[in-house]
Amino acid sequence: MARMKFLCDAERCIECNGCVTACKNENEVPWGVNRRRVVTLNDGVPGERSISVACMHCSDAPCMAVCPVDCFYKTEDGVVLHDKDLCIGCGYCFYACPFGAPQFPQAGAFGLRGKMDKCTFCSGGPEKDGSVEEFTKYGSNRLAMGKLPACAEMCSTKALLAGDGDVVADIYRTRVLQRGKGSEVWGWGTAYGPPQGGGGAPAPAPAPAQPTKG
Amino acid sequence: MRARQFFVATLASLAALVLGGCGEGQQVTLYKQGKYQGKPDTKPYDNDAAQAIYTRSTWTKGDRSSWEAALKQRALNQNEYTRTNSGG
Repeated sequence: MARMKFLCDAERCIECNGCVTACKNENEVPWGVNRRRVVTLNDGVPGERSISVACMHCSDAPCMAVCPVDCFYKTEDGVVLHDKDLCIGCGYCFYACPFGAPQFPQAGAFGLRGKMDKCTFCSGGPEKDGSVEEFTKYGSNRLAMGKLPACAEMCSTKALLAGDGDVVADIYRTRVLQRGKGSEVWGWGTAYGPPQGGGGAPAPAPAPAQPTKG
Repeated sequence: MRARQFFVATLASLAALVLGGCGEGQQVTLYKQGKYQGKPDTKPYDNDAAQAIYTRSTWTKGDRSSWEAALKQRALNQNEYTRTNSGG
C-alpha cells in the first residue's frame, strides 16, 4: 500500500459542508475547532470553485519538523498523527502548516490555548484502539474498523475521495477522462499518468468535444 | 620585488573573493526531523474485524495485507462508474 491521501474534486464540490458536519459529528470535535473546512474561490462569481481542506497528511510534514517536543509521528499508512499528552500547545505547527490544519481549542479563561487538534484521517491516536481515552482525545478510529474517513464516505457528490493514493488517483483519472475535460492541464501526466494498479474502472477513451449550439 | 609579491597576493585574494561569489550555496533550509517522543500506537489491523460495527469489511486480525485489501475494496466503492456499471 502506498499512502493514505485525500483528494477533492473541485468540479464536483457543491459547498454543502457535509464533510465538515460529518467530521464534527463523528469525532465530536470541540466547539471552535474545525478539522475540515470548505474553501470557496471566487465566491459569488460565476465559475466559483470549492474545495474541502483538512490535514493533507504530507509525506514530508512541516509540522513534524518544527515541533519542539516531537509529538508527531507517521503511521505505516502515511497518516500524520500526534500525541496530545506530549503537545504543549505552542502553535509552531500551525505556523508551519500550509493548509492551516492544526487547530487549538480554547482551554480555560482568557483565551488560553489548549492542545493542538487536527484531522487524524479518522484513525485515532496513540491510545488503545476503540477506547474511550482515544475517542475523547482524538476522535473516532474508523481505520481500525476497516472504514475510511467519515468526511469522504459521507460526501454526497463524491467530490472528496479518501484512501490509498493509488486507488484515489485511479478513480479520479477515470472520472476526468469520462467527463472529457481536465486532463489537458499542465502536470496531469506526472500526477495522474498511467494507472498504478490501484483499481477502479478502466479509463474510457475521451470523447471528442461536441460544439454546442445556442 | 616586494611590491610585486604584494601585488600578486592582492590580485590572487581578490580573484578568490570575486570567484567565490559565483558559487552555488544551499538555498533550501534543511530541517532535521525530530524523533517521536510520545507513546507507541497500535496498528489498525491488530484489531478484530468482528468487533467493528456497521461495516462489512473483514480481515484477519494481525494480517496487514487482508486489512489493506478490505480498505481498498471500501475505497473502490467511491467510484460510482463501477458501482453503476455506467461509462467506464
